[in-house]
Amino acid sequence: MTQSAVKVRGLAKRYGDVQAVGGIDLEIHAGEVFAILGPNGAGKSTTVEILEGYRRRDAGEVSVLGTDPQHPTRLWRSRVGIVLQTANDTAELTVRETVRHFAGYYPNARDPDEVIAKVGLTEKAGSRVRQLSGGQRRRVDVALGVIGNPELLFLDEPTTGFDPEARRRFWDLMEDLAHDGTTIVLTTHYLDEAEALADRVAVIAGGRIVAEGEPATLGGRATAKARVSWLEAGERRHLETGTPTRTVMELTRRFDGEVPELTVTRPSLEDIYLGLIGAGTRAEVSP
Amino acid sequence: MSETITAPTASTARPHLPSIAALGWSRGVAETRMFFREKDAVIFTFAFPIILLVIFGSIFGGNLEGTPITVSQLYTAGLIGAGVMSASFQNLGIGIAVDRDDGTLKRLAGTPLPRSAYFIGKILNVLVVALLEVAILLAIGVVAYGLALPSEPLRWVTFAWVFLLGITGSALLGIAVSSLPRSARSATAVISMPFVVLQFISGVFIPMTQLPDWLIDISAFFPLRWMCQGFRSVFLGDAGAALEMTKSYELDRVALILGAWVVGGLVLCLTTFRWKSRRDG
Repeated sequence: MTQSAVKVRGLAKRYGDVQAVGGIDLEIHAGEVFAILGPNGAGKSTTVEILEGYRRRDAGEVSVLGTDPQHPTRLWRSRVGIVLQTANDTAELTVRETVRHFAGYYPNARDPDEVIAKVGLTEKAGSRVRQLSGGQRRRVDVALGVIGNPELLFLDEPTTGFDPEARRRFWDLMEDLAHDGTTIVLTTHYLDEAEALADRVAVIAGGRIVAEGEPATLGGRATAKARVSWLEAGERRHLETGTPTRTVMELTRRFDGEVPELTVTRPSLEDIYLGLIGAGTRAEVSP
Repeated sequence: MSETITAPTASTARPHLPSIAALGWSRGVAETRMFFREKDAVIFTFAFPIILLVIFGSIFGGNLEGTPITVSQLYTAGLIGAGVMSASFQNLGIGIAVDRDDGTLKRLAGTPLPRSAYFIGKILNVLVVALLEVAILLAIGVVAYGLALPSEPLRWVTFAWVFLLGITGSALLGIAVSSLPRSARSATAVISMPFVVLQFISGVFIPMTQLPDWLIDISAFFPLRWMCQGFRSVFLGDAGAALEMTKSYELDRVALILGAWVVGGLVLCLTTFRWKSRRDG
């Protein structure tokens, strides 16, 4: 049985003359980690803010946990967690005071001290939020997003400004939450983050979804041609091929053993992504 | 992988949402805690009337023409009015503009907190600040300037309704003007400037009788002048009535205009309040 946490049909939103979102269909299953990728201004934040109930849409059908986010109820809000992109509030409260205060809003809140420990702020629990570094501040945001024990968690570029260690810790936390059954929807600029966390990925460009699928197979990645590269007569040679193993065997025969500076690469998620958003932009210019 | 996952516990029983009263109280405690930790805000709302009272009390001595009332006592009564307005109008006008800018309102809008609980919290914070401000100003007036606290219960009844109507009207006006500043940085200037002007034309620093008619007409429109007039009736008593423009405190007009501000301020708030910052569109 696969239930859907988010269902979107024909979503559209325009700001003045700009069509920010131009007909998006989306289905996110319960328990899934779903990443939305796309360049700035592609419509991903608008899409997510409509799902979160922050913005009204112009057209389309949207159902988030069975409710239209345009008409949020308190009960629905208590089932949805949101981690905002930028916030500088509660600066004068301590981390513990802030997390405890927000826990009081929810009917089924998690234990505040446990949540603080989970985001790695136990040592800072008694510090004023004002005194935290940027990365620590973001971890408070994450703590406030999960304190209500949400069934569905939205994260808008959660690891911007994190150092590599903090990012890895954050990934572990997301895996924990996903393991507990929380549906996670995140937008990110980091393709390695999407690859590490997401079960499925959608790429938005020019207000439309240009590709959707598992990170490993997105945009035909798994079946794309491999690139074999080597050095021959002091010159670098390349070959794009669907059968790289045969190419390497032929090269081995030709060189009678070791092939100088041999590499075999498949397109990274980043290569696929850059190809996709390039295509998306062109589609926008000549619709 | 979806089929292997168990639904979170929330769906088993119908969860019990916390009551609005409890959440309002919790917001009030948090707001008050944050307010007193933000030193510059505390100085802005609290110290300003107190410093002015001490300065004016030291500069102007002596009695007012033909009355036993001293200039410092007159200032004490007027600055109590200004203090109540500073705690409500200025504090909320700036505070909510900052909340809108720093992400507080956006974050709260994404939680199950009812919007009314946010305002209950703000009002509790305003009441605490205003009562403290009045108590400090009165203490200075009594100890330093020989102000006599009224003994008749009726005058305390007058104090209570002037305080409640005045603070409610000013608070609602403050909530309404909080939508004017474009950002938190401009809020202090945008909100404080009209408030300072209002104090000059509402009889706080300069007696109404010395103002030109057109300024008197403008001040008659706003709550501060009437609040000050009501407080003068409480703390200066019958002897002070002779100093008023109409030789009377006109308490019926005070009640009428402050009451009108409560209704008008509420309408203004309901029609103009923005939860989003201009950035968020």
